Amino acid sequence: MPASAIERLTVRYGTHVAVDDVSLAIPERSIVGLVGESGSGKSTLAKALVGLVPHTGTVTGADRVQMVFQDPYASLDPRMTVGASVAEGLKLPRAARAAEVARLLTLVNLDPALAGSYPRQLSGGQRQRVALARALGARPSLLVADEITSALDVSVQGAVLNLIRSLRRELGLSVLFISHNLAVVRYVADVIAVMREGRLVEVGPAEQITSRPHAPYTRALLDAVPQVGRTATARR
Amino acid sequence: MRALRSPAPLTGLLLVAAVLTLALLGPALWGESAARIDDGAILQGHSPAHPLGTDDLGRDLLARILVATRLSLLLACLATVVGVAIGLPLGVLPAVLPPRGARAAAGTINALVAFPGLLLAMFTAVVSGLGARGAVLGMGIATAPVLARLTQTLAASVANADYVSAARVLGVSRLRIAVRHVLPNIAEPLLLNITLLFGGSLLGLAGLSFLGLGVQPPDYDWGRLLFDGLSRVYVDPEAALGPAVAIGLAAVGFNLLGEGLAKAASRRAVVPRGAATGEALREARSEGVLSVRGLSVAFPGGAVPVRDVHLDVAPGEIVGVVGESGSGKSLTALAIGGLVPYPGEVTGGINLCGQDLSALSPGELRRLRGTSLAMVFQDPMTTLNPALRVGGQLAEVSTTHQKMPRKEALARAVDRLRRVRIARPEERARQHPHTFSGGMRQRAIIAMGLMGTPKLIIADEPTTALDVTVQRDILLLLREAAKEAAVILISHDIAVVSQLCDRVVVMYAGRVVEELTVAELRRARHPYTRALIAATPDLTTDRDKPLATIPGQPPSPFDDPDGCAFAPRCAAATSACRTTRPLLEDGIACLHPQSSD
Amino acid sequence: MFLLRRLARLTVSLAVLLFASFSMIHLIPGDPVRASLGTAAPAELVAARRAELGLDEPIHQQLLGYLKGVLTGDFGTSLQTRETVAGIIADRLPSTAELAVLAALIALLVAIPMGMWLAIRTENGRNPGSELAFTTATGTIAAIPEFLLAVGLVVVFAITLGWLPPAGKDGPASYVLPVIALAVGPVAVLARLVRVEALRELDKDYLRMARAKHLPRRRLYLRHLLPNMLTATLTVGGLLLASLIPGTVLVENVFAWPGLGQRMTESILQKDYPVAQAVILVYGAIVLLVNFLVDVALGVLDPRSAIRGT
Repeated sequence: MPASAIERLTVRYGTHVAVDDVSLAIPERSIVGLVGESGSGKSTLAKALVGLVPHTGTVTGADRVQMVFQDPYASLDPRMTVGASVAEGLKLPRAARAAEVARLLTLVNLDPALAGSYPRQLSGGQRQRVALARALGARPSLLVADEITSALDVSVQGAVLNLIRSLRRELGLSVLFISHNLAVVRYVADVIAVMREGRLVEVGPAEQITSRPHAPYTRALLDAVPQVGRTATARR
Repeated sequence: MRALRSPAPLTGLLLVAAVLTLALLGPALWGESAARIDDGAILQGHSPAHPLGTDDLGRDLLARILVATRLSLLLACLATVVGVAIGLPLGVLPAVLPPRGARAAAGTINALVAFPGLLLAMFTAVVSGLGARGAVLGMGIATAPVLARLTQTLAASVANADYVSAARVLGVSRLRIAVRHVLPNIAEPLLLNITLLFGGSLLGLAGLSFLGLGVQPPDYDWGRLLFDGLSRVYVDPEAALGPAVAIGLAAVGFNLLGEGLAKAASRRAVVPRGAATGEALREARSEGVLSVRGLSVAFPGGAVPVRDVHLDVAPGEIVGVVGESGSGKSLTALAIGGLVPYPGEVTGGINLCGQDLSALSPGELRRLRGTSLAMVFQDPMTTLNPALRVGGQLAEVSTTHQKMPRKEALARAVDRLRRVRIARPEERARQHPHTFSGGMRQRAIIAMGLMGTPKLIIADEPTTALDVTVQRDILLLLREAAKEAAVILISHDIAVVSQLCDRVVVMYAGRVVEELTVAELRRARHPYTRALIAATPDLTTDRDKPLATIPGQPPSPFDDPDGCAFAPRCAAATSACRTTRPLLEDGIACLHPQSSD
Repeated sequence: MFLLRRLARLTVSLAVLLFASFSMIHLIPGDPVRASLGTAAPAELVAARRAELGLDEPIHQQLLGYLKGVLTGDFGTSLQTRETVAGIIADRLPSTAELAVLAALIALLVAIPMGMWLAIRTENGRNPGSELAFTTATGTIAAIPEFLLAVGLVVVFAITLGWLPPAGKDGPASYVLPVIALAVGPVAVLARLVRVEALRELDKDYLRMARAKHLPRRRLYLRHLLPNMLTATLTVGGLLLASLIPGTVLVENVFAWPGLGQRMTESILQKDYPVAQAVILVYGAIVLLVNFLVDVALGVLDPRSAIRGT
């Protein structure tokens, strides 16, 4: 039983079709990875899911979608404390908010005492976790994570990826995890969808997609993933 | 308020304070002498009793100027209030309304801004009758579109920020977004500009009065006094100069103050000049393509992002330099290329193609670097000059450094574009960069590096901005180039580096911590290198285990701990690591090298 | 596509301007003709002038008549001097245009080299002294309005030193002071903008690349920097030309320059509404046209316009 289903979703900018008739199911308690190169329409799809761009087609079972953005330096209002940012989406009486903010910060492995600090006092990885806490406060039925680790250093990326996986395990969260990095997507996702020029090329279990891909494009993407200790070879 | 310590804003502040004091006290102190009619002293010039002379009723002009301060400021204030009351809401509308309404509001602002303020003011003044009321309304209406446009631009810059998108996704209403997110983030520049607009209103009103369209007798402001004075400028220039100076000083005061504050608001933290590091110069080896000894880059204020770096590159070798942000890898590259931005100071020995750079004249340096060194930067979308044709940008390397005729250089450019596998190179050479895709631009930039006879190509994150499938093409191209020249590949991604390079140099906090061959990467000995590799997921990472992470954060370039810079984040660190700095010996700088089992 | 959109915007702006200038005379409280001719004027004369202006006709017919007049170049007759308004404009506009164009040219020729030179000198916080002196000087100068400067110039060069004529239009020498008064402010404003723009470009990757090629300085600045600054500079230059026009109104009044601006002020003071109405329309239309031409020129000059236009 899929928690959310995207059906025949299309986004047009003028004459340009950014997302072309995409259907994708995101099962409950699972992480669906969406891979693609620049211009593939993966970020536009994300924006359409949360209503930031107009689209045709239907999205079912995702009445509470939340999103986390790529740039940790732009995604928090610099004039609001961490606590105020996280509290903004809470539909709770004022008295209950502080406790909920503390709970959410703890959930993303941050010290609740950080609620009083401003974004500029935090590192990139910490900011990304605050953005996650803000999104979780709305108790989303689906979380869209758009390139959330692309701007982070490798040493910090691991902590955010581990967090996404533990949130899925502990909260039963459904996640659409978008990234250009196939290795990262393979690590976090149960199902991988490959997108190219607005269309889905291939969808399947992560292990199958990365070991026995069907589509030639998926194969080309896999070949191009840099591996420690594997030298680059010309395209087959 | 540190900004006020520099002379210009301070002068502005003093002028504004003086003008405000005058406005407050002027009428009480000089009101009587300004109104006293003296039949015996009509239209006099300068005299001890009347320093600026008298008017047609024998009233003292200096006193009248001082008294007029209040009315001049008051009217400017009212005009600004009118301008803000109309302009601010109009400017916020595009950010608050749904798309169609927003377009209409933006269109209105566009149409209004096109008309010059003075014409709008004159129009309003005509319609509402000559006099102070008409002038104030006119000035206010003339100010409103400017303020609206400003508010609109500022609001638009904030309205597309991710945090506003996030608030929208959370279901926060448009009005609340405007009040809670947009306005607070633009309040500072907005207030500053209102100060500047106030100065503008003051001048505009003076201009209107000066044309006879503003304040009418018996009232008088500075502009009116100037209007009266100009008719006798040949006889008594001081009668015109007096009010002119008053207007000028007030205008300059508000302007200097506003600008000073604006500058203070936008100023990045400027660090005071400090001493550079006292690194001993060491002899760089003269064989090989590149030999760097004890290279440091220091910035005033004590930041030393590159510390005592040693690096050797042999002909035909591909060396990777890996590190996270702040490791100093890019500045190392810039230092070799002579491109460290002012005020960074480079110390240490660099030997390029057998020549000690410190021994060369600026002209020789330019020629050596221009022909034997090529650089490729991260973002190909911005590294080509958008205004010039691609072919010309390639050709100029040869025309300037090799004194090649233009035609021959262009032919060579086409040849090099073909070598980096750009289709239809003749046609492409005649095009501007915007018609090239990202991967094509990066290839064109590599082709540019191949115009001379480079001995060394430094590529700083050349594939970070590109798609993975394009990334491999670029890496292969670099490897091909390495048949003739050595390559230094700088990257944050150890996997990318291991794809292409023979040897890898790992940097942390400005220093080289380990140097090893690609084959040795899986058996790296430095805890940092090992952690970096473990933290990078690849297609074989075990999905059932948590990903390795490195706790903590790298030190700031201002700190130079006594011990190992990595010690606070290192699982193998002992107390000795915090007090003794390990030296780079046998390819590793670590007191506790790890061994693979 | 870009051109069409821009043309549409121009048309809307012109329509707004036309309507505004038409409604001006109707927005004036009371009887504009009576106000203009004074209380002593005989009732027959007032009635005759009202009929001449068409003020007794229904409003839509007046609008039609006005539009027809504007299109055929008939702007009516002055209430005070009985000259045709079209004749006044033809007589006065060239003098104003001479001032504005000369001042704009001088501003561009002085400001662009000055701004570039200072940008290069003060790049990355080099020579903080020069930067401070430059910003303070230009800030101060830009804050002084042209009419004050004009008064100062008259007092110093015409009255005290007697080098140049203080007023009127009579030979090349009489142009000097008005043109300087008009050009100084724009030079300061433009030089600052050019410097900021040049600093922004100097910071870009493509200039770093050009530096990495170790080109001689002259080539770096003239060939790589200048073309990329020109679009921004020309935009500002065009807008500057447009903004010089209101400046001419004030400067003409100081120098008794026989231009359109001086005549406009007179007509407003004398409540000679047909003249004021037409002159405001002409000035507004000139400003709109200049802005339009600048935009179009930019579209043609910028190699990226093909992208921007879609």
